[in-house]
Amino acid sequence: MRLAAPAKTTPVKTEQIVLFRVSGQLFAISSASVQEVRSADSLSGAATEISAPGLRKVRHVLRRGDRSLFIVNGAMHFGLHAAEGAQLFVLRKTRTALLIDGIEKMTSMSRLQALPLSFCHEERQWYRGLTALDHTVLPVVHPEGFLSPEELALLDAALLQMDKPASEDPEGTGCAQ
Amino acid sequence: MTVTTELELQSFVLLRLGERRFAISAKEIAELVAPSRVFRFPHRTPKLEGVILRRGRIVPVCDVSEMLLGKRMTSRRFYLIVVRNYGAHKEWVAIPVTGECELINAEMTAAVESDAPHVAGWLSHDGDVIEVLNIDTLTPGAERALAEAAGRQRPEAQS
Repeated sequence: MRLAAPAKTTPVKTEQIVLFRVSGQLFAISSASVQEVRSADSLSGAATEISAPGLRKVRHVLRRGDRSLFIVNGAMHFGLHAAEGAQLFVLRKTRTALLIDGIEKMTSMSRLQALPLSFCHEERQWYRGLTALDHTVLPVVHPEGFLSPEELALLDAALLQMDKPASEDPEGTGCAQ
Repeated sequence: MTVTTELELQSFVLLRLGERRFAISAKEIAELVAPSRVFRFPHRTPKLEGVILRRGRIVPVCDVSEMLLGKRMTSRRFYLIVVRNYGAHKEWVAIPVTGECELINAEMTAAVESDAPHVAGWLSHDGDVIEVLNIDTLTPGAERALAEAAGRQRPEAQS
């Protein structure tokens, strides 16, 4: 008699995630994508105002040496009720710092399901997928989905305007307010 | 009944939305389930309410009542889970319905060009003429989004 071969057990691959709230709505992000968490209060003085046409979700830029981090208001990005935002995620390998209400908790997910294909608008850029966690379903955000290349180009143009000396901008068309 | 007649009969699920009945080919139905919690999150796709969890699967919920009746139905009795084709890929979509569903065998008359895109055909049952729904045009998907975008751009191109 031959015994059935024991079933191979493959270790479940998990990913550390941070659950956070924006305007009361819960989202998840890979903890590997979060480079830094700061209090929004710590921005005063460090951030400069910026205004790019048609891009209301970015009002401030954080200069770090040669690098500029654009502060994206999470509530405005997702079209939620406006919220001031108490904390800031500096997102790794992006030029985005995300303004959020706060962190809910850190946990891990074992399965990321692709966003159903019925979702066919901007949300496909916003989310890596969905995960079921503690009998709820959460969208897992894409760190690069907060600013599109076109939006970054607009913001870079606004930055250039800000950096122009006043003598080069006699009509006062600078974007900084 | 001749063999030819038998071959023309197909199975359909009749569903109720308010006062009206519609039909969907039984081949496109996965199951009928009781309403469960809808998980909502921000998105920009019209008609999608959110998702439900069904046997470990995350299933989008698509309210088609406004498109079919011209008004939203807030009451719902079941979710009819249909199979939506995205090219070779198939996915489940949950459609809220307001009454009992019924399985019938009937002969379908194919839709004509003047019918709305969501009409796959027509069938006659119990003295009613019932629309057979085309799930692929009724529910959102990339091809619909592209068509909508093209529709939005067309008037600009003409001006």
